[in-house]
Amino acid sequence: MSTATETKNKKAPAGERVADWADGRLGIYTLAKANMRKIFPDHWSFMLGEIALYSFIVIILTGVYLTLFFHPSMNEVEYHGSYVPLQGQLMSEAFNSTMHISFDVRGGLLIRQIHHWGALIFLAAMFVHMMRVFFTGAFRKPREINWLFGFLLFFLGMFTGFTGYSLPDDLLSGTGVRFMQGAILSVPIIGTYISMFLFGGEFPGGDFVARFYSAHILLLPGIMLGLVVAHLILVVVHKHTHYQGPGRTNNNVVGMPLMPVYMAKAGGFFFLVFGVIAIVAAVATINPIWAIGPYRPDYVGTGAQPDWYMGFAEGLIRVMPGWEINLWGHTLVLGVFIPLLLFPLVLGAIAVYPFIESWITGDKREHHIAQRPRNAPTRTAFGVAWITAYGIMLVGGGNDIFATHFNLSINSITWFVRIFFFAGPVIAFIITKRICLGLQRRDHDKVLHGRESGIIKRLPHGEFVEVHEPLSAGDRYKLTAHEQYEPAELPPAVDENGVERKISRTEKLRVKLNKSYYGDGSQIAKPTAEEYKEITEGHGHH
Amino acid sequence: MKKLSARRRHPLAAVVVLLLALAATGGLYAAFAPAGTAKADETAQSLAIEEGKKLYTVGCASCHGTGGQGTTDGPSLVGVGSAAVDFQVGTGRMPAQQPGAQVPRKKVIYSQAEIDQLAAYVASLGAGPITPKAGQYSPDGADIAKGGDLFRNNCAQCHNFTGEGGALTHGKYAPNLANVSPKHLYEAMQTGPQNMPSFPDTTMPEKEKKDIIAYVQAVNSDRTETPGGFKLGALGPVSEGLFAWVFGLGALIACAVWVAAHTAKAKKS
Ligand code: HEC
Ligand code: HEC
Ligand code: HEM
Repeated sequence: MSTATETKNKKAPAGERVADWADGRLGIYTLAKANMRKIFPDHWSFMLGEIALYSFIVIILTGVYLTLFFHPSMNEVEYHGSYVPLQGQLMSEAFNSTMHISFDVRGGLLIRQIHHWGALIFLAAMFVHMMRVFFTGAFRKPREINWLFGFLLFFLGMFTGFTGYSLPDDLLSGTGVRFMQGAILSVPIIGTYISMFLFGGEFPGGDFVARFYSAHILLLPGIMLGLVVAHLILVVVHKHTHYQGPGRTNNNVVGMPLMPVYMAKAGGFFFLVFGVIAIVAAVATINPIWAIGPYRPDYVGTGAQPDWYMGFAEGLIRVMPGWEINLWGHTLVLGVFIPLLLFPLVLGAIAVYPFIESWITGDKREHHIAQRPRNAPTRTAFGVAWITAYGIMLVGGGNDIFATHFNLSINSITWFVRIFFFAGPVIAFIITKRICLGLQRRDHDKVLHGRESGIIKRLPHGEFVEVHEPLSAGDRYKLTAHEQYEPAELPPAVDENGVERKISRTEKLRVKLNKSYYGDGSQIAKPTAEEYKEITEGHGHH
Repeated sequence: MKKLSARRRHPLAAVVVLLLALAATGGLYAAFAPAGTAKADETAQSLAIEEGKKLYTVGCASCHGTGGQGTTDGPSLVGVGSAAVDFQVGTGRMPAQQPGAQVPRKKVIYSQAEIDQLAAYVASLGAGPITPKAGQYSPDGADIAKGGDLFRNNCAQCHNFTGEGGALTHGKYAPNLANVSPKHLYEAMQTGPQNMPSFPDTTMPEKEKKDIIAYVQAVNSDRTETPGGFKLGALGPVSEGLFAWVFGLGALIACAVWVAAHTAKAKKS
């Protein structure tokens, strides 16, 4: 006790005084007090977004280092660095400086590789994170806007990656830029103008590296950083979702407080992410521009692909038949233009899905419990169908590599992709929906009859039965806590006064879709308490 | 004779005599001296052709016809030259086996001596590209950087940037050039096997072929340096993407599962 009074008379420790000073001006204390106890549920699938966030930070840090040595210029220079097989070759300054980073800057190659591997992992993490949100229905109200922010991050990430990938001005990325320019040219009427505008004249011109550079290091990362911050603020505002379980309701979040537990975990996790990316970058080459060589518009190499996140766009163009229409001396290159249209459509399909679903359900309530994918079979099936289409196109984008490495004909792969781009999603949809329903049935049986124990018992009169272990109350709750929608019904065709009711066509469509979501054969009614009682109290269970 | 003796003192007589003498010695030399070695060469050559023909009749005639005129199972070999035989048989492609999109490289079943004999026989059917000598294809002292530029210009569209190979239509492919000997590299350019165009000396001089060979050896062989670590097949973004998903994101998700599983437990009090 006496020590406490003693310290009171003394000056407060320096740290406290600094905190006081800052608090007086910034109001940190109240902010911190409110948020320190922000809760994070513990589940690995909630950490996918963190992987994306940390890899984004890693990319920014390494990117800043690269800007110190990179020259975004297309002036032609002769190479005189330490890599022998390019000695004396003509190349752009951009390529030359990237060679310089790779061979003559201390740690340069490692940083470059961290930056590039980080980019691949960043986009992969965003993709998986997005799929987690999708399959658990975490995009439902109030999180629709945040879903869009996330999607936009993924979309912009693709282009940040693409512009970065083009900066070294090597033969591979140059081919990619040429490919993009070709796609732009296929746009009727304005294509040529857009291309001329983007490249400051004829392709490749002398400007695009500098232009891509400002987009890559300033414009796009700037917008993305803003979106990331907004995304995180919304996460705090909405609070985290959590999976259903005892004590977890739509009105609380169960997990660890931000301070100190989650902070320690998150901080540690940042270093794990950095560490894994650094190990990957230290072990494996990425984009070996020295082997690829400098860009020249008249050269091309086989196996020219973009990074994986643009792979499906590459696939769209590769498998599209080379159709053309000639009209009044103008050529409409459908073989390129249709893929260009499909590109935003494929991506857009997943982006707008949440809005379609909320229209179909007509549910305007808030949802804070993450669903189990099996309990939303139609949505899950749609998601798997979308991934299937995306994945099939990735195969199309790598058709030459798959051909050589699996001893297949590139033509058969192309036909396979063409057919399965349409058939694959349908098949995937049907199969996934059935699996979900099967799992729902299993949950149903588990709740009512318990878990199969694998023990076979022989009864005195010779009958064999398998012993089922009843589930704990908590487990039973977990399997039955989700709510199930009743299928929508159209109101009767005539109202109580016998007057014909006007039902809009969209409403009819909505009800039809709603029935396909929640009607017969699209979900298995979960067991009711009465059913459970009847079975457990009635004839006992086996 | 009178006339001749009358002019014997003519000022030009000495020159005439000299010319005659020169012509005589030259002619004599031409008549005797080289005839010996030429004969020896010829006999060795015809012996080789003879042996080659025997080998050919046993191993090749069923597809290429008894006189190399070709059959439905194999093209005519008249005029393909010794270099084509040395390449095709020396890389194990010939004798071809089961039909497929493309005759693959496989184990060589003839000795080099036998290959030379086969080549001699096929060369005797009609003139064509000749098997190169070591001095022609040795990459020593060649310009690697120039070779790289030539390679990207002429070869990369089929064989990939560093000769890792690539796909062509209908199951055909340009093979990986790792561990192809300089001689076979040279001969491939000379003769243009199957779907590969040929690069005769008229369009690609010997010096440039050497540069290309030096480049391929520098960037795609056991001696190649990979400063960035494993090159993942040097196939570009497809293998990089797979690697990033499996080892990059895979490892990170494993970390996430581990971190989430190790929760700070509430102390029991
Ligand atoms: C099973 C049939 C078969 C046998 C046996 C066979 N070849 Fe061939 N050969 C082919 C075919 C088919 C081709 C054409 C390959 C192609 O260009 O697609 C070919 C091509 C060649 C060529 C290249 C011709 C060119 O135009 O460049 C040479 C040289 C050759 N064969 C030599 C031989 C020799 C020598 C043998 C015997 C050792 C042999 N082949 C045995 C089927 C055969
Ligand atoms: C049009 C595509 C094409 C181009 C261009 C091309 N090649 Fe080829 N190359 C092929 C094909 C196809 C084969 C396989 C031929 C076979 O198996 O008979 C091949 C085979 C080879 C082989 C034999 C490899 C082995 O495994 O034995 C070498 C060496 C080679 N090419 C070198 C070159 C070089 C050097 C260039 C550039 C000067 C070049 N190629 C240009 C398509 C091409
Ligand atoms: C979302 C974020 C980003 C992504 C996905 C991304 C991706 C990439 C990629 C794939 C490359 C090609 C690397 C190579 O193999 O050579 C690259 C290059 C580069 N990036 Fe980024 N980047 C991002 C953000 C940044 C930022 C914030 C900066 C700088 C402040 C930056 C600076 C650079 C520079 C200077 C290069 C060219 C040097 C080189 O190619 O080695 N990047 N980027």
